[in-house]
Amino acid sequence: MKKVYASAAEALDGLLFDGMLIAAGGFGLCGIPELLIEAIKEAGTKDLTFASNNAGVDDFGIGKLLTTRQVKKMISSYVGENKEFMRQYLGGELELEFNPQGTLAERMRAGGCGIPGFYTKTGVGTVIADGKEHKDFDGETYIMEKGIFADLSIVKAWKADTTGNAIFRKTARNFNPPAAMCGKVCVMEVEEIVEPGELDPDHIHLPGIYVHRIIKGDHEKRIEQRTTRQKEDV
Amino acid sequence: MPWDRNQMAARAAAELEDGMYVNLGIGIPTLVANYVGDKDITLQSENGMLGMGPFPYEGEEDPDLINAGKQTITELPKTAYFDSATSFGMIRGGKIAAAVLGAMEVAENGDLANWMIPGKLVKGMGGAMDLVAGVGRVIVVMDHTNKHGESKVLKECTLPLTGKGVVDLIITNLGVLKVAEGGLEIVELAPEVSEAEMRAATEATIV
Repeated sequence: MKKVYASAAEALDGLLFDGMLIAAGGFGLCGIPELLIEAIKEAGTKDLTFASNNAGVDDFGIGKLLTTRQVKKMISSYVGENKEFMRQYLGGELELEFNPQGTLAERMRAGGCGIPGFYTKTGVGTVIADGKEHKDFDGETYIMEKGIFADLSIVKAWKADTTGNAIFRKTARNFNPPAAMCGKVCVMEVEEIVEPGELDPDHIHLPGIYVHRIIKGDHEKRIEQRTTRQKEDV
Repeated sequence: MPWDRNQMAARAAAELEDGMYVNLGIGIPTLVANYVGDKDITLQSENGMLGMGPFPYEGEEDPDLINAGKQTITELPKTAYFDSATSFGMIRGGKIAAAVLGAMEVAENGDLANWMIPGKLVKGMGGAMDLVAGVGRVIVVMDHTNKHGESKVLKECTLPLTGKGVVDLIITNLGVLKVAEGGLEIVELAPEVSEAEMRAATEATIV
């Protein structure tokens, strides 16, 4: 089965529809599927729900799709640096389901593993627990959280072979593996595609079974907060 | 003299023990890393890293290597990377010994609020709810009062909670308070801060 496509638009062909749920990898602007997000912008798909830790910034990442008003709802843990996100949410124009970051990651992982719900201590006694089933285990209270089953996953890896076996780089791995796992279809953008056998099978982070379509592209890889230190004088 | 940001960070660092895996929040907690001295502390960054190193030298920034505050950082020889589900697995699973976090409000029963002000400021909880629910010890580092001079150490939090009864120790510019039965215990006062001043600046019950 051919998994490698020539462009982001081709890789998304036939997969997009209005009102769909998309799980996206990335943390801040690190490891985000920037080419696929741009292609969704070009496709003009509307009323999208995104399960994604953040929404990028105003002009990069999912922030681009907020600007074009293609997003109906975000399932996220943090919106701090995105002004347009906050403006649309406080103005009642955008739905937002806050998920604690670990709960969001586990909801994606669980969805990908066929687990419809799980119990966690995270959020007990907070607004996050409102309306959720509470259950005690050995004297501790937990709440039930549901697995995420997305219509589509969009993720970014560093290298993949043509069968979709993928390797991520440093902290750009973040939400990408769990996001990839929880979609009915997963489209992955990478910096380099290699032939099977060129990646050490012991070093694969995400097995190709989770990946259905792959594209290679040039990534801007923008830095959100450039922090440095001075070299000490010798 | 009350403590400044760096002195508060240094005081928090004194709470950490050799061999600990620790998560540091954004702001003053980040400075704690500068004061661990010879102790072998491994810093966890919840976006998927154990063994966080210092900021890179100029020109050596890597967009694929950031901390949970989205700042560029470096790796160490002992560094390990992993995905977000694994990262919060170790947090939820109680493998992280301590977290040092900032706060908007802390209550005498250990309730913590640090993620939103309804109608005004919507930041999101990020990983804070998972951290306070999962780690061994929660240390809050913050200014004792807000910019209007009102106490941030309260009988009850007024803002939406990040966690209920989760805080163990509060380090402010005025000193150190421990969450205990029936209220807060004064562990230490900053130099030249009197107990009366500490009590006056604290709305919470001091036992």
